[in-house]
Parts: sequence; C-alpha cells; structure tokens
Amino acid sequence: MNNLQRNKIKDKAFKYFGVTCTFFGIFILGVFLFGIINDGVSRINWDFLTNLPSYRPKKAGILTAWTGTLWIFGLTAIFAIPLGIAAAIYLEEYGKKSWFANLLEINITNLAGVPSIIYGILGLEIFVRLMGLGGSLLAGSFTLSLLILPVIIVATREALKAVPLTTRTASYALGATKWQTIWNLVLPASLSSIITGVILALARAVGETAPLIVIGALAYVPFVAKTPLDEFTVMPIQIFNWISRPQHGFTINAAAAIIILLAFVFVMNGIAVYIRIKAKKKSH
Amino acid sequence: MSESQSESSFKIEAKNIDVFYGEKQVLKDVNMPIEGNTVTALIGPSGCGKSTFLRLFNRMNDYIDVFHKKGEILIDGKDIYRKKTNVEELRKSVGMVFQKPNPFPKSIYDNIAYGLRIQGINKKSLLDEIVEKSIRQAALWDEVKDNLKKSALALSGGQQQRLCIARTLAVEPSVILMDEPASALDPISTAKIEELIQELKEQYTILIVTHNMQQAGRISDKTGFFYMGDLVEFDETQQIFTNPKNERTENYISGRFG
Ligand SMILES: Nc1ncnc2c1ncn2[C@@H]1O[C@H](COP(=O)(O)OP(=O)(O)O)[C@@H](O)[C@H]1O
Ligand SMILES: [Mg+2]
Repeated sequence: MNNLQRNKIKDKAFKYFGVTCTFFGIFILGVFLFGIINDGVSRINWDFLTNLPSYRPKKAGILTAWTGTLWIFGLTAIFAIPLGIAAAIYLEEYGKKSWFANLLEINITNLAGVPSIIYGILGLEIFVRLMGLGGSLLAGSFTLSLLILPVIIVATREALKAVPLTTRTASYALGATKWQTIWNLVLPASLSSIITGVILALARAVGETAPLIVIGALAYVPFVAKTPLDEFTVMPIQIFNWISRPQHGFTINAAAAIIILLAFVFVMNGIAVYIRIKAKKKSH
Repeated sequence: MSESQSESSFKIEAKNIDVFYGEKQVLKDVNMPIEGNTVTALIGPSGCGKSTFLRLFNRMNDYIDVFHKKGEILIDGKDIYRKKTNVEELRKSVGMVFQKPNPFPKSIYDNIAYGLRIQGINKKSLLDEIVEKSIRQAALWDEVKDNLKKSALALSGGQQQRLCIARTLAVEPSVILMDEPASALDPISTAKIEELIQELKEQYTILIVTHNMQQAGRISDKTGFFYMGDLVEFDETQQIFTNPKNERTENYISGRFG
C-alpha cells in the first residue's frame, strides 16, 4: 500500500518533470523564433528573393542561395534515394547472412553517428580533388548523399521489417517470386514509412552547412547555377556569412533568410507527418 | 522400376516420406494416396507433423533451412521435388490457406487480383470478372460487393479468412491446402467455411488440417491420423470415426488424449 503510493508519487513527479522540460524547450524555441520573425519578416519581399548578393545589405538578395539549395536538394534526392533504398532492400531482403552484409551493416550503423564535417573532408578528398569536380553542385550533392545514405538505409530497413512474414508467406504461396513479393507487396506496404524517412533525411541535407564549406562552396556567388558543374552557395552558408558581418542590415537579411529556410524545412516535415497520418488511417 | 514409381492413378500421392528438421525426424515413412475431388482431413495431437506434411505439397518447407526429406510427392503423377520443377508454377496449382487470416494490406479487390497480376494478367475486364467470381465462390460477395476498394484489413476475422480463400481460388489451383483454417474463428464463421469446403470439393482436391474432431467428421471423405510422425491410420472418415482399427486412433478420437 505504502509502496504503491510512493510509486504513484514518483510517477506523477516524473510526469511533471517531463512536461516542464518539454515546455522549457518549446519556450526557448519560441523566444528564438519570435526574435527571428520580429527581425526578419519585414525584410522578405520579391526583391529579396530575386536579387543577387551585394555588399549593400538593402540591395542584397538570396537568389543564388535558394536556387543553390534547390539544386542541392534535387541532386541529392536523385543520388541518395535510389541508392539508399536499393541498399536497404539488399541488406534486409537478400544479403542477410553473408559476412559482407554484416560488415556493411556495422558500418552503416556507425556512419549514421559520424559528425557531418567528416563527410565534408571525405567529399573534399574524393569528389573535389580525386574526381576533379571542384567546389561544384555535383561535389556538394555527392557529399550530402553520403551523409544521408545511412539515414535513408536505416529508415527503409525499419519500414521493410515492419511487413510481417505471414503476408510475405501468403504471397509466396500464390506463386510469387521473391522479387515479385518485394515489388508488389513489401514496397507498397512500406512506402509511406520509406517516404517519411527520405523526406526527413533530405530536410537534414538542406540544413547542412559544415560539409559544404569544407568542400569549398562559396559564400559569394554572383550568378545562378545553370549546370551541376557550376559553383554554388546554399541558404545556410548565406545565412552564416551574413550573420558574421558587422553591419546591422546583414543581421536582418540573415533573419529573413532563416525564416525562408525554416519554412521550407517545416513544409517538408509537414508533408512527412501528413503521409504518415494518412498511411496510419489507411491501414486501420 | 524407377519409371513405374513415378506413375500414379491418384491426384496426389505421398510415397515413403521421411522428413527431418536437422537431426530430428518429424515424419516417418508416410504413404498417402489421395483421389481427386475429395476432402482429406489430417488430425493428430500438436507437434505430430501435420503442418509439416501439408507444406510438402506446395514446397513451403523449402524456406526452413534445416528441412530435408526422403521419398516422393507426386501430383498428377509427377514428383514435385524433381530438379526441373518450377516452384512458382507449382504453387499456382497448389494453393494454401493459413491458420491465421493473412490478407495483404491492400484493398479487397487488390488482394484477389494479386495472384493474377503477378502472372502478368492486367486486363481490367478480366480481372473484374475473376475477382467477382472468386469472391462469390468464397461466399463473401454479398458482404463486400459495395466495398471492393476498402482495405481488407478492415474486415472481420471470418471475412478475412474467406477473402484469403477467394484469393487462393482466383489463381485457379487444382489442389487447396488448409492448415486449421477455422481455428481462429467464431462458430458462425467456422460453419460458413465448412459449408464452403463442401462446395469447393466439386472442383478442387482439398487437404485440411484440423484440431476439431467434429469438423473432420462433418467435412472430410478420408481422414489420416498422425501420431509422433507416424501416419497411424488412414481410411474413410466414416470408418475412422466409427470403427478405428488402431487403439491409439480410437483413444485420440474419443478424446482420451490430445
Ligand atoms: N521450422 C522448424 N524448425 C525445426 N523444427 C520444426 C519447425 N517447424 C516444426 N518443427 C517441429 O516439427 C514437429 C512437427 O511440427 P508441425 O508440423 O508444426 O506439427 P503440427 O502441425 O502437427 O502441430 C514439431 O516437433 C515441431 O517442433
Ligand atoms: Mg500445425
């Protein structure tokens, strides 16, 4: 009886502790967001989106930065999504018992925890120098693809694992081959979870700064990239650059750019959440 | 000699079957000839090898690493374990219904069409026709005809199991294997499925594992009683239930163990 009461009190105490922590986090985030929006929202207008960078804060825009981010987003998606999903299918459905698969598995789990700047150094060595791609969009998106591959692979494997053996067995019993079962049953059943994982991974890529700086992405790019071999900048680098300038006008520009980057990432996360909720509804 | 061994006047014939999981022998020299368009019930206590025996006929045991067997399984006179057997083709003619309903997380329509689509049949009118026919055959049509786009997972357990039967029928097998298909269902669903099996017998050869003695008595033509890997007795169901030759069969049927 006494013990039970003590446990109940502990239970309550922990609950309130958790709620307090959560609110503290949200509060800090709210203060930050309020500050940013307060500073930056009035700076957002058509010119800001379509102007090239400039040394005068009032004239400077983010055209090269957001087009660069879109380029990086698209190229990284093209490289990382098929490769990541294919690797996950191999590891989860085919290569289960080989020593090679085991080795890959250990590496992938570890890679997910490597700091992003290390990927930058790897990208600098392999893509920029060895392959001679320079500080181009291609080098940048290859590097970011490496960075998010482990995330996509892990998320996809979890999604594939969630398709129960009994439904796979039913597919085999109807005369389906292994690949037919994967293509017609397993992938459609896990697609929404895979998409969610992929979107979250891409959202991460879009926010990365350090590895791109390491491979030589520039803060000042006076033209919009036309091919994947062009030099580029991205939103986070532009923001980083503006924040480090002394003029107050650039701080305001940075705040405005942060709002736009945040909006982009929020929309992506929103889509991921929406897909998840819709998939849940469908399966119940 | 080996020529004549592969000949059989039966639809299905198990000849001198030994099955091992690793070192452990779970079926011992089982012989069972089965005529076409009959229902054969497989009964016996848990772990005696009924499911293992059933899975021999569509080679689902192949997925178990430690499985190996001796002897022959003939279907339409051919040994289905010979090298050149196409296992996928075999499973199109030997369908299976499992103990727990296992519909795909797809619509009712797509569940039934699945087996056809993987064979490359995509013509809408043909699919529509076979889907309707199969669902009708499985006595489920009136309950789902307005909701074919609805998720199969939203159906009740009994409906799901009939859907799984319809899904099996859609690929037009000649043999249907059922592993305790009604054991997870309520009495009304069970009755529906028993009735269904009676009707399906007209067109299919059915092997059914069941724990329910009354059920075996009601629906089957022949019954095989397994005990610890031996096929102790195999005879007309009537005979097994009224006048078993073996004492162990009698004890089991009268409920003295099992
Ligand atoms: N995958 C497996 N690996 C090893 N042993 C198994 C496997 N499946 C079943 N067995 C063993 O084979 C015997 C027969 O099992 P089973 O065919 O499932 O019997 P039943 O269906 O009559 O209950 C049991 O002793 C069981 O433990
Ligand atoms: Mg069993």
